[in-house]
Amino acid sequence: MSLRLISVFFLFFSALPVSAAEAVKGQVQQQPLNLPAVLMFLLFVAATLVITYWAAKNTRSTSDYYAAGGGITGLQNGLAIAGDYMSAASFLGISGLVYLSGYDGLIYSIGFLIGWPLILFLIAERLRNLGRYTFADVASYRLAQLPIRTLSAFGALAVVALYLIAQMVGAGKLIQLLFGLPYEFAVVVVGVLMMLYVTFGGMIATTWVQIIKAVLLLSGATFIAVMVLRHVGFDLNLLFEQAVAVHDKGDKIMGPGGLVSDPVSAISLGVALIFGTAGLPHILMRFFTVADAKQARRSVFFATGFIGYFYILTFVIGFGAIVLLTANPDFFDQQGLLIGGNNMAAIHLSQAVGGDIFLGFISAVAFATILAVVSGLTLAGASAISHDLYASVIRKGEASHRDEIRVSRIATVVLGVVAIVLGILFEKQNVAFMVGLAFAIAASANFPILFLSMYWHRLTTRGALIGGFAGLATAIVLVILGPIVWVDILGNAEAVFPYKYPALFSVLTAFVLIWLFSVTDNSQRGRDERAMFEHQFIRSQTGIGAHGANSDH
Amino acid sequence: MSADLYEQVKRNPKFQQLVRRRARWAWGLASLILLMYFAFIMLIAFTPQWLAQPIAMGSVITLGIPIGVLVIIVAFVLTGVYVHKANSDFDRINQQIISETEQ
Repeated sequence: MSLRLISVFFLFFSALPVSAAEAVKGQVQQQPLNLPAVLMFLLFVAATLVITYWAAKNTRSTSDYYAAGGGITGLQNGLAIAGDYMSAASFLGISGLVYLSGYDGLIYSIGFLIGWPLILFLIAERLRNLGRYTFADVASYRLAQLPIRTLSAFGALAVVALYLIAQMVGAGKLIQLLFGLPYEFAVVVVGVLMMLYVTFGGMIATTWVQIIKAVLLLSGATFIAVMVLRHVGFDLNLLFEQAVAVHDKGDKIMGPGGLVSDPVSAISLGVALIFGTAGLPHILMRFFTVADAKQARRSVFFATGFIGYFYILTFVIGFGAIVLLTANPDFFDQQGLLIGGNNMAAIHLSQAVGGDIFLGFISAVAFATILAVVSGLTLAGASAISHDLYASVIRKGEASHRDEIRVSRIATVVLGVVAIVLGILFEKQNVAFMVGLAFAIAASANFPILFLSMYWHRLTTRGALIGGFAGLATAIVLVILGPIVWVDILGNAEAVFPYKYPALFSVLTAFVLIWLFSVTDNSQRGRDERAMFEHQFIRSQTGIGAHGANSDH
Repeated sequence: MSADLYEQVKRNPKFQQLVRRRARWAWGLASLILLMYFAFIMLIAFTPQWLAQPIAMGSVITLGIPIGVLVIIVAFVLTGVYVHKANSDFDRINQQIISETEQ
């Protein structure tokens, strides 16, 4: 039972590039060069390079580099956050899941959306009031800088690295399929462009690339959904009737199909989605690009709206694909399978409703999406290295702004090269577990420390350190012992740990150990840290003393 | 930021009011979201056939579809409620606290 949940979960969770990779695996023949797609993608690249040039001229201080000078508005940031979240994975993965199983796709999207209101109510304002460039600023606000920043930086880097590899591999395969370009070439293009954006344009360029892509993706998805609705005369009942009539599973696609069948897995899934989202370094970093707590709130409001709207669109698109593709043999191979796999449903549908030019547009948007997401990830990773490890841990806060940015740029290039090399090395590997593991680490190592540092006055460095490491270790060990790695990759007969998704257990471990080792911490340092909570609390509530827009000190 | 500044804020009864109100709204709305989400998940886990019943005789649309879409809409509306409350109420009290505090 749980196997079903998990397999679908991973299909989805692995965020599309991965599942696209899966779909394509083995039988991807490189397609003929798709000229409209390549031209439109080149247009996108040209526009983003102009933006990067402009951003580079406006990037002077560390605040500009890491946080776009705090000058992003709530609406812009809402779009950028939505852009980070609407990866090629969710677009292709969820519409593919709807195409495959109908209603289950909706269940998935709801799980992904539900973390956002919680981030707004409990985290956004405090995060903005306490932090400056990275979430480690907040986690280490009153705790010992050296150990907590080191732990947070490694938590961030682990998430970024796993995510990046999965995205790179997915990108290579997707591009091979959509554009007809060689795998290695695609990986190098993605890596080099992302290095350019991040190195020269910092957060300003990264944010605007993300905004443009979010607008393109939302417009493209809206167009497809409207065309689908037009096909059925804007009669939803007719859409569903036709879908049920042609789908293999008949009316089973109109109800839950076993995606969530056992409560432990269901809750573990919820925990991973909610806490994982609130622990992703590239998402958390976006809250520092706005001027104040008020704009941080507005960001989440807009982001939730865009993401919710997008998921409703993918639901319509998935059903549209069932109706419009099933009857057309052009989209299927000899075995009767959708060409390129189920995750290509939205892509084929774009051709069905808009012809070759629109297919080119959607393919270019998919490429742009991957590019924008990896840029955000790389910036978050580079910031963890330069701001947390270099400036705060190694130089103990004595580094000049110039040095800090220089280190960040070097880190970006190194991360880019590593991502390209690993992307090529992992081409034939099963990377499906990596995004799942990234979420597990975000939920179990980053989130508990961040959350408790803001909410619980008795938290001490000792508790945070032991609990955080335990959460990290538990997440990694349980993923390795679980069905995906232990059985599917290592080839053992049975998993040592039965659930593919460990978040419930690893998050609990982290919280319990943080609590235990904090309350039993009677050291002088622990007492001092508790005493500092009051000041932190006042600042988190009122914003007094918070880093404002364009403040570099 | 001096310790004195924080003392002033701490002693200001409006600060306590702000903290209480924000906590009531934030945790209240958060509980609502969690309750809604996990109720939805439990429905799926335990009575999937209930969600799979048609909304009307002869319709293929099932109860699960409007409910699912409603969960998305409610999540969005509740973020709107909090933002509205915070922009009007919390920010007003906060501004008063800041202006009453000698910088």
